[in-house]
Amino acid sequence: MSESNLKGRKVVLHDMCLRDGMHAKREQISVEQMVKVATALDDAGIPYLQATHGAGLGGNSLQHGFALASNEEYISAVASRMKQAKVSVLLIPGLGTMRELQAAYDAGARSVHVATHCTEADTAPQHIAFARKLGMDTTGFLMMSHLNDAAGIAQQGKLMESYGAQTVYVTDSAGYMLPADVTARVRALREVLKPETEIGFHGHHNLGMGIANSIAAIEAGASRIDGSVAGLGAGAGNTPLEVFAAVCERMGIETGVDLFKLMDVAEDVIVPMMDHMVRVDRESLTLGFAGVYSTFLLHAKRAAERFGVPARDILVELGRKKMIGGQEDMIQDTAMTMARERGVVTGAA
Amino acid sequence: MNKIKCALIGSGNIGTDLIYKIKRSPVLEPVWMVGIDPASEGLARARELGLKTTADGVDGLLPHVLEDGIQIAFDATSAYVHAENSRKLNELGVMMIDLTPAAIGPLCVPPVNLRQHADRVEMNVNMISCAGQATIPIVNAVSRVQGVEYAEIVASLSSKSVGPGTRANLDEFTYTTSSAIEKVGGAKKGKALAIINPAEPPLIMRNTIYCLTEGTPDQARITESILQMIGEVQKYVPGYRLVNGPSYDGNKVSVFMEVAGLGDYLPKYAGNLDIMTAAATRTAEMFAEEILAGKIKLKTVEVA
Repeated sequence: MSESNLKGRKVVLHDMCLRDGMHAKREQISVEQMVKVATALDDAGIPYLQATHGAGLGGNSLQHGFALASNEEYISAVASRMKQAKVSVLLIPGLGTMRELQAAYDAGARSVHVATHCTEADTAPQHIAFARKLGMDTTGFLMMSHLNDAAGIAQQGKLMESYGAQTVYVTDSAGYMLPADVTARVRALREVLKPETEIGFHGHHNLGMGIANSIAAIEAGASRIDGSVAGLGAGAGNTPLEVFAAVCERMGIETGVDLFKLMDVAEDVIVPMMDHMVRVDRESLTLGFAGVYSTFLLHAKRAAERFGVPARDILVELGRKKMIGGQEDMIQDTAMTMARERGVVTGAA
Repeated sequence: MNKIKCALIGSGNIGTDLIYKIKRSPVLEPVWMVGIDPASEGLARARELGLKTTADGVDGLLPHVLEDGIQIAFDATSAYVHAENSRKLNELGVMMIDLTPAAIGPLCVPPVNLRQHADRVEMNVNMISCAGQATIPIVNAVSRVQGVEYAEIVASLSSKSVGPGTRANLDEFTYTTSSAIEKVGGAKKGKALAIINPAEPPLIMRNTIYCLTEGTPDQARITESILQMIGEVQKYVPGYRLVNGPSYDGNKVSVFMEVAGLGDYLPKYAGNLDIMTAAATRTAEMFAEEILAGKIKLKTVEVA
């Protein structure tokens, strides 16, 4: 493969270890660990890094688990130590609110992914406008993008832009998309968005396509890529950022990061933190294959243990029922219903 | 039998569905519907069903309040205009049932606290939100047995059933519902989450209620209390159904509910809208029964 047509293209990398990675750690990353990871990423030249509860602002809940510290504690501890990197947050309307965005800003956050399901952009106008008013780098983040076609994504992205989003993301929350799916959606966005509006891609590696999909996104006009060093993220993880950086370097795509330092962060800092090897295994592959929200993985494994129904069966059923991000309660509900229908008797009521 | 005459303000989905529910009531009669768009489908439907209509907003109704004997009004417009609507109608002695998130009056969940409001002859009661109506009875069913440190509810709504007003103001929905989980549900702290799911065919409204009890939950008594409360809600929302639970995990109580609507004007999956109109109708009926029995008398509200 040559340096090809992408030589000289500039791409902004956005690390997700300390947000999406929280899912893989059951929200149990300490403030000290966050500071350690963030300062190492900052030193490696990563320009943006996200640091909050896995479900973002307002995420601390029975539905999504309680983290070891508040979002404000995480953000201020990390932001105060950054030499060049900007700290970003995730905000899903319906879960997080503008009050929480203000608090995150006050703690030092300067960039935000305002996330909606890929057909529900019109639940975000308040939050996007407020983020812009605060002067934050503001992204409209269309989750589960495989559930809307290219024309639909373009229309939803246009809405996000009209509310004030400076970047619109195609977000493959289920790790389901193939490069052609990414190309079609990014291209459709590029056709309708203003030239100054950037396009981003957020991948999950459930089918092993994180890097290929991110390259496809860049070819179609994306200039921002989310990933996480060593892939620490929900499901089989995000696009592994150090691998992606290496591919970019080979192709002549300019990321501005120090590849070897990033490799060291992956090996010396992130991998030792993992509770389980974040990789494509039976269940995370099921997510990608069936198009299920990656965060459901560990919840489904817990429900499987408690109710005696295999995690893969639960995930497939959640996909069939068209459950989307945020519906983690439906995992237990589905497992209980399946256990009853199958006559599985367990100790749990 | 005499019926209490009602006005419906707002000619959208909620207002139109209310016509059907009020028409079925033995103690209520829908007389006026107020809109702002002469071409609205809701106003046309109201005329077909024999209601008087105006497209001039509340001001178009005011001159007719006394001659037509309107005593109860339902406001299904928006939080922004509700206060003004309420002030104008309260002045004429009309009691307001507020289906907007304005919440200027006390919060009402019929099986929990409607009795108190009727006894106090409140002239404005607020119906909180669809998620509030669907979940607060369960929170209260737990908290009346045992202290609840924290309650959290998750409402999943079908995309088609969530109108532009709610979409543009999701934060208000969150704040209003969270606060009502505390004030009416009886939890020390409350949190509300909303999910909008676009699946086709549309999914029926689902609600999950989590409560953290103070100390080990008294499972038998809590389960009994929840089942009894579900029966109370079913009296006015027949499609209110327990899907799974109560499930106990440490001091966490989880209850998984579904709300199917009656399918009057709104489709059955829109249980979220139906439970609002049903709760509002139930609230009006309680006031109407008391008025008809001569137990309470609505009073005009002097404006300062």
